[in-house]
Amino acid sequence: MLSHRLSPARSLPDWPAYLAARADRVSSPELARYFAASCPTPDTPIDEAPLVALDLETTGLDARRHDIVSIGLVPFTLGRIRWAERRYWVVRPSRPLSSESITFHRITHSEIAEAPDLATVLPELLEAMAGRLAVVHFRHIERPFLDEAARSRLGEELRFPVIDTMSLEARRHRLSLWARFRRWMRRPPVSIRLSDSRARYGLPAYQGHHALLDALATAELLQAQIATHYRSQATIGELWS
Amino acid sequence: MEVELLEIRQHMSRFPPFESLSDDLLDALAGQVEVGYFKAGTDILVLDQELHELCYIRSGAVEVYRRNGDLYNRLGEGDIFGHFSLLRNHRVRFPARALEDTLIYFIPEPLFHKLCEADEHFADFVELGRPRMAAAVEQHKQANDMMITRVRKLLTRYPVMIEAATTVQQAARQIGEAQASAALVLDAPDNNPRYTFTDSQDRPWKVCGILTDSDFRTRVVAEGLSPDTPVGELLGERLITIQSDESVHEAMLCMLRNNIHHLPVLHRRRPVGIVHLSDIIRYETHSSLYLVSNIFHQSSAEGLAKLAPDVRAAFVRMVEDGANSQMVGSALSTIGRSFTRRLLELAEEELGPPPVPYCFMVNGSMARNEQSIVTDQDHALVLSDDFDAKRHDAYFLALAERVSDGLDACGYPYCKGEVMATNAKWRQPLSVWKRYFNDWIDNPTPERLLHSSIFFDLDSNYGEEAYVEQLQDLVAKKAPGSPLFLAAMARNALNRTPPLGFFRTFVMEKDGKQNNSINLKRRGTAPMVDLIRVHALACGSQAQNSFERLDAIGNTQLLAPGAGEKLRYALELIAMARIRHQVIDIQQDRMPDNNIEPENVEDSERHNLKDAFQVLSNAQKFLKYRYPMPARTGRSR
Repeated sequence: MLSHRLSPARSLPDWPAYLAARADRVSSPELARYFAASCPTPDTPIDEAPLVALDLETTGLDARRHDIVSIGLVPFTLGRIRWAERRYWVVRPSRPLSSESITFHRITHSEIAEAPDLATVLPELLEAMAGRLAVVHFRHIERPFLDEAARSRLGEELRFPVIDTMSLEARRHRLSLWARFRRWMRRPPVSIRLSDSRARYGLPAYQGHHALLDALATAELLQAQIATHYRSQATIGELWS
Repeated sequence: MEVELLEIRQHMSRFPPFESLSDDLLDALAGQVEVGYFKAGTDILVLDQELHELCYIRSGAVEVYRRNGDLYNRLGEGDIFGHFSLLRNHRVRFPARALEDTLIYFIPEPLFHKLCEADEHFADFVELGRPRMAAAVEQHKQANDMMITRVRKLLTRYPVMIEAATTVQQAARQIGEAQASAALVLDAPDNNPRYTFTDSQDRPWKVCGILTDSDFRTRVVAEGLSPDTPVGELLGERLITIQSDESVHEAMLCMLRNNIHHLPVLHRRRPVGIVHLSDIIRYETHSSLYLVSNIFHQSSAEGLAKLAPDVRAAFVRMVEDGANSQMVGSALSTIGRSFTRRLLELAEEELGPPPVPYCFMVNGSMARNEQSIVTDQDHALVLSDDFDAKRHDAYFLALAERVSDGLDACGYPYCKGEVMATNAKWRQPLSVWKRYFNDWIDNPTPERLLHSSIFFDLDSNYGEEAYVEQLQDLVAKKAPGSPLFLAAMARNALNRTPPLGFFRTFVMEKDGKQNNSINLKRRGTAPMVDLIRVHALACGSQAQNSFERLDAIGNTQLLAPGAGEKLRYALELIAMARIRHQVIDIQQDRMPDNNIEPENVEDSERHNLKDAFQVLSNAQKFLKYRYPMPARTGRSR
């Protein structure tokens, strides 16, 4: 596919090898279990891969300065989103919440006051993610924030493979020949935000900014992207980052 | 409730059969769906695949097929499919394919069964066919049993209310400014709680009386009271009121009993309006009973023509009061027959008594007592066998012309097919009519019967009823033993077929084409009436009304058990949909017609109509099989 050839050469870690190596060396038992469950091999066809859509609501974009407010995840496969198995946690941020971000996330002060610290939630989260390939929209939130969480609460780094639906959109709309032509014509770039991307596939508009609903929206978007642009036998190695 | 469920829950709660589910069930539903995306053109359900889920269309569109590949249905947002399989053997009987990019919510089987158990409406909905249609018709019937018009329906405004200390002059001005003819007088409440209420500002008041125009005349002017007299001093001793949920009839009796023209209406203790006797009279004049008596009081064709708007008003009123299609059809036929009869009486007054006896015969919907508000005139003259064309025909032609012209002026346009007594062919002595019927039955071809089938709905309207009865006897005796005739009639009954159903703002045809509107008579009631007529002829019934014909058919083994009931419900649903849309036309100042536009069809009505069309379509298939065209008449196309 044209857009693939145009995508920049990326040097990806050998994810299964990396996870296996970490499983041997890590000292936290929670992380050890997560790494030991590994992830599907790169040649796994996407329609056979166990996936988990993940979304974090945070107080900002910088993992070192901002906090996680809530975490939503939904296990799924290319055929089915297992909504009944969804998980959701509200966690107490270490810094007080501004009122803007409260209205934005629809989470109240009292909910946060009663919420546990990330340390309590992290083992359950890792268990729910274990063995499944994470799917997020914009990987530069979920990965750094969970890495920071693991460093501060478990004392060790956490890296893991993800399929980023935003970067799949970018491959088509930002990196393709057509997108470069548009840029050259000084046309505004096509929006690759979650709701705008969904609209391109005829997916309904959800009232966003709830971690679970965004996880669901991301899972649906991946199903639509694969159905539209890829063979169902496309390997996860072509898709992950 | 969990916020993340809101999105799914709100969507589902907008569509039947989920709309009536309790909040608990809706929450359970929204939390347990699974989700799948299907690109346009991909299969969602494949024939014979195992199925343990109900499918709900969250967005997009889906086509459902029959086993043989025929299109069965086209579904859109909020529609469900797969329930037939869940209720039977868990094998997909109707494969489904995404027509557009589609997002499906899958509802697991245990939850589906729980919904069926917990919610009767849901269960009725997913059990296709009779139960759902029956439920719709029964529901309408129940509403009809409670059909008392409440007096609050006559109220158009809140009452004018003035304080007792107000002077007569001020009060007169206030009433005049409000263009009212009466006002309620209020005072501070006393110990008697009977007429006390609190207004919107939470102030307590007591209604102490009513002040009407005539009080100003009889109490103020006639007795020479000063304009400064407080209105409180004018009030009578006893205040008569009625509760807003009493019937109009009760309000009328109350006024007559107490000899008053104004009646304050209370909701509990709060005044909500005043009805005047003229409101009640205006209301009653829209009743069909009043209209019929008015028809017989007219002394000229012009006078009759002036009643045409009243027919529409009576029609709207009947439907609003919750009448079913049989009641509406028979009332409108009675009105039409009354016009005809009165026109004949007036014509005879002018032309003199008829030279030989005659019977004025009506045909088509009027004979069936199924007339609608959109109808033309179909009639004929059956004359005595003493009729001599040279001497008598001029009289009967003149008679026929007067009736036909008069009916046209009253809103019953001339018949395009010339089925009118003004046509010499249909103005014949009884013996000729017998010959016509014998010939139609003995030498039938679909082509010949196409234009004469209207005569197989026949009834006398005026004159020598026995003539038409003899013709009815003849048909009832002869038709059952004439397979060729029945086959020809059956063939013609298949000329018009129902559509498949609705999709968004379109009518769906069986070949997948989409139209903007549908003629519910041509595609619904007429083919239904046609096929019921064939069965009625086959069983030798004399009944003319389709529902009475179904009763007669039900006493035979002609149809499979339950099939007659299905036809009855389907006819009622289609007829009522047509009637309701004609009322909408009238209310929106359009000429009523037989078309309905899908955007005006509510969700529940869509589903009911779709079922009814299906019943009609199946009944047509059975008709073809039941009355086959014998091979030797190989002339047909």
